[in-house]
Amino acid sequence: MTTLAGTSIAAAGRRPRLQAVPIGPLLLVAPLVLYLLAFYALPVAAMLSRSVTDPHWTLANYTRLSADPVFLRVLTTTLTTAAIVTAGTIVLGYPVALAMVRLRPAVANIVLAVVLLPFWTSVLVRSYAWMVLLGRHGLINEALTATGIIETPLRLLNTPLATHIAMIHILLPYAILPLASVLRQIDGALLRAAAGLGANRWRVFRQVVLPLSLPGVAAGMLLVFVLSLGFYITPALVGGPRDTMLSMLIAQQVDLLNWPYAAALSATLLAVALVLIGLTLRLPALRQALRGVAR
Amino acid sequence: MGAWLEPVLPRGDAFNGVAGAAVSLVGLEKRFENIGAVRGVSLDIRSGEFLTLLGPSGSGKTTTLMMIAGFEQPTAGDIAIDGCSVVTIPPYRRNIGMVFQNYALFPHLTVAENIGFPLKQRGIDRADRARQVAESLAMVRLSGYEARYPRQLSGGQQQRVALARAMVFRPRLLLMDEPLGALDKQLRESLQIEIRRLHAELGITFIYVTHDQEEALTMSDRIAVMNEGILAQLGAPEDLYNRPISRFVASFIGESNFLPGIVRGTEHGFVVADCAGTIVRSVASGNPRQGDEILLSVRPERLRFADVASDKAAENRISATITDAVFAGERCRYLLQGHGGIPLVLKEPSGLAARRAPGKIVEIAWAASDTIVV
Repeated sequence: MTTLAGTSIAAAGRRPRLQAVPIGPLLLVAPLVLYLLAFYALPVAAMLSRSVTDPHWTLANYTRLSADPVFLRVLTTTLTTAAIVTAGTIVLGYPVALAMVRLRPAVANIVLAVVLLPFWTSVLVRSYAWMVLLGRHGLINEALTATGIIETPLRLLNTPLATHIAMIHILLPYAILPLASVLRQIDGALLRAAAGLGANRWRVFRQVVLPLSLPGVAAGMLLVFVLSLGFYITPALVGGPRDTMLSMLIAQQVDLLNWPYAAALSATLLAVALVLIGLTLRLPALRQALRGVAR
Repeated sequence: MGAWLEPVLPRGDAFNGVAGAAVSLVGLEKRFENIGAVRGVSLDIRSGEFLTLLGPSGSGKTTTLMMIAGFEQPTAGDIAIDGCSVVTIPPYRRNIGMVFQNYALFPHLTVAENIGFPLKQRGIDRADRARQVAESLAMVRLSGYEARYPRQLSGGQQQRVALARAMVFRPRLLLMDEPLGALDKQLRESLQIEIRRLHAELGITFIYVTHDQEEALTMSDRIAVMNEGILAQLGAPEDLYNRPISRFVASFIGESNFLPGIVRGTEHGFVVADCAGTIVRSVASGNPRQGDEILLSVRPERLRFADVASDKAAENRISATITDAVFAGERCRYLLQGHGGIPLVLKEPSGLAARRAPGKIVEIAWAASDTIVV
């Protein structure tokens, strides 16, 4: 009995090896692969290679990078902003995802539509909308002064706070959707079992729902963090003058026609993102969660 | 922490004798958007009893169980455990053990953590927890599996862990919702024996839901047959098998032959009816009057081939044509076309006689005492 079970576990644990890849499906994806190669991979590679080959083979751009105080400050700002935005989207998105799963389907669909609404509006429009809301004579300041809560308008626009608020708003769906996907996969019988075994609602959440949803949390965090790293329009429009993000620094260098340095900055941004993706994908549970999102 | 559970929970020895809970269902009803899933079920389940709710899917048996567990709120009626109504008590305070069809083991917890889960909710400290988990695992014969995760176990092992988890906190009532439904036949039979043994050892009340009549017959002290949200019949397995009170029960529990007939009168305490030209005697029930249309029922294994002429007065006889003969291991199953077009099934232990060929005209006989009015 034991040995039998042992072998079956071993067999189940072994991954099926790819032996003969059928050629048909490959042909189906070939057009997209060729398109991406020609118009994405090659230009990116060409751009990045300039960081070490322009005008001749050199690592000077990277040595300069590591000693550039502006770059180090910008990198810190970028990572901090990404971390704050990630935390914000998860904290705000988790209850929404939970509600989407728990509500009646009709209501849940309405919530889903509201969650997806930002997806259907351009980032530019949404960033301008936040400028209207947060401006010195924007809706929030006008409302606060009109009701007498404050006397002089607050400085909201062009602060790090504005960047965080607007980015959290824009990136919320990227946190909510993988969370909802993972939460939906949790078997309702587990929650009933937990309740039947003596766990009240909080304990069911804390001991069953939360641990089982961690892959979704990780997937949402990864998506939001990586997307935050490359944010450009929103911090440029609503952020403070000193809160330069990495993508803004790259744009500045391009404006100055300093292509090799811009390329080195881009390579750094890409590397940070890839390292993060690589690290998190090492969690098997996360791979599963991302598959759930793709489905 | 867990203070509300303390009066009912022995903290010390896990498996000392505790009497099972008595459960009363009174006019229990559940409507889902005005469709009655359970329509007035009243049932008294005795302390320490093994009671099975048996019925086809949609009969309301699982809904009834879910209401006892507290996962569904009754639309009307009452559920009392040991005389106290529990309908307003949330499931986590009912202190009822429950085993689900798909085990519902927590995939992120080990076997030991799964079984320790109810103990943890009750604030039992780590050392006591470990000891009780080990005892409980020993009861289901899975000692040494503490550190495994559910996905590393076979279906049968998972279900035994689920059993251990449902018993470890010494509930006085254990509910099981088709616990063996996902297992293959052999495993199911060995677990049936194991569940019977646990019931005998623990002495607590078991309420078991199944759609498998064989499982219900072999395991239960009493069976409550449900159909379309109502209680069709309640009784010991033998009673239900030998004296079904309705066509539904007669056909759902075991196989039955049905003979529609018209009452001709009574004779020596038997009802005499005319079934499409054949006179059939049956055990009287109720008060059938001459000319009433009735339905008679007899089990296939009570029919026999009357090769040797028998003239016992209480004997029923019908001539029939064999339409099919099926060998099914220990039994042979004959499909017959009785006189007047009545379809009949006859089961005979195989090896009694050479198998009879389809097309043959035979004489079928059975005892009047095996015939009942349904």
